[in-house]
Amino acid sequence: MDDVASEPKPTAIDLRAEFETSGVREVLEELDAELIGLEPVKQRIRETAALLLVDRARKALGLAHDTPTLHMSFTGNPGTGKTTVAQKMAGLLHRLGYVRRGHLVSVTRDDLVGQYIGHTAPKTKEVMKRAMGGVLFIDEAYYLYRPDNERDYGQEAIEILLQVMENNRDDLVVIMAGYADRMDRFFSANPGFRSRIAHHIDFPDYSDGELGEISEKMLESQGYVFDAAARRAMDEYVALRRQQPHFANARSIRNALDRARLRQANRLFEGRAPVDAAALSTITEADLRASRVFSGGLDPDGNRARDQ
Amino acid sequence: MRITQGCFSFLPDLTDEEISAQVEYCLSKGWSVGVEFTDEPHPRNTFWEMWGHPMFDLKDPKGVMIELDACRKAHPDDYIRLNAFDSTRGFESVVMSFIVHRPQVEPTIRMVRTEVDGRSIRYTHEVVR
Repeated sequence: MDDVASEPKPTAIDLRAEFETSGVREVLEELDAELIGLEPVKQRIRETAALLLVDRARKALGLAHDTPTLHMSFTGNPGTGKTTVAQKMAGLLHRLGYVRRGHLVSVTRDDLVGQYIGHTAPKTKEVMKRAMGGVLFIDEAYYLYRPDNERDYGQEAIEILLQVMENNRDDLVVIMAGYADRMDRFFSANPGFRSRIAHHIDFPDYSDGELGEISEKMLESQGYVFDAAARRAMDEYVALRRQQPHFANARSIRNALDRARLRQANRLFEGRAPVDAAALSTITEADLRASRVFSGGLDPDGNRARDQ
Repeated sequence: MRITQGCFSFLPDLTDEEISAQVEYCLSKGWSVGVEFTDEPHPRNTFWEMWGHPMFDLKDPKGVMIELDACRKAHPDDYIRLNAFDSTRGFESVVMSFIVHRPQVEPTIRMVRTEVDGRSIRYTHEVVR
């Protein structure tokens, strides 16, 4: 853009038109349509998109602009959609021209930290190179730092990460995700991190109604439907499941649906009657009610293998 | 003497943007790029030393440029080239190779004639700095 000096700079920019042509609108609409709930997150993303659009317009008009720091931290309980939003964020940043490729490289501690001296730096750098031009998503980022183990190489990975985050701001956006309390502890142990991350986005838990909607949507994407009674049973299930340990929002719902499909398959199989397409794709109340959650719930000792 | 091997070697030296664009082309073809360097420009020296590993799974040329810069810093007076490797079954070989860095003063290559076995003449080349 700026290499053609002779091209006259525009004197006014229609932000609305920019919004339409840049494809940002599609991403935001997609976000609204596909993600249920998460209002504060969507709000924050809309604000970020607006900021980036304005920044781009400033650049086009030749006003002073500075590449904004786009590194983010997503905090929230498990199953609140952090990974999904990160993927959308990569698309959004790509359409606004802040990352060149818009791919998402998702890593955990294992991909960054090595086993012995001299193993960590090449490993971390390898990951960084792969993420260049896109978004690096570090899941469970707080595992990088283990204060209890002094022979741990996580610190080395963090140092390299910080350096790359600072020096390659145009090439790469880092998103860290994890549970809120542990992320807080992680940031307090690494003061450099908090200040280098401009956007801290908190993912709230879903409400019962939202989880019900999510369950419907998930089934729909798998080509199944609830019958009316099953839908009501699902709402009850959500309320009961929430009170139990290891509740992981949308992920718990997905697991519950997987098990309901197992039971449905078994029921159809035992029925020995010919089945039609409707029967094959309907989850009935019985499939859900068979869940242990309805009959007093989990083993209170938290035996996870047997839990649902 | 300016050595000419690989692609683009009769052109003026490529700028970093041009190198970046070439790497982008390689990546778009699904080739993986590796950095190599040597202090021995003899034409028969085909085995250059590798800088790091060949880079698989890259999406963007920036990753290669970082390695290239690191290699330049460590070996400012050597030749550095980029190789693009096509791992498609049946090819499995380097499909593009070009020099991206030369020493300030390039060594010359001198031909030496030696008389052997009576009147026969052997020709060898040696690098003179």
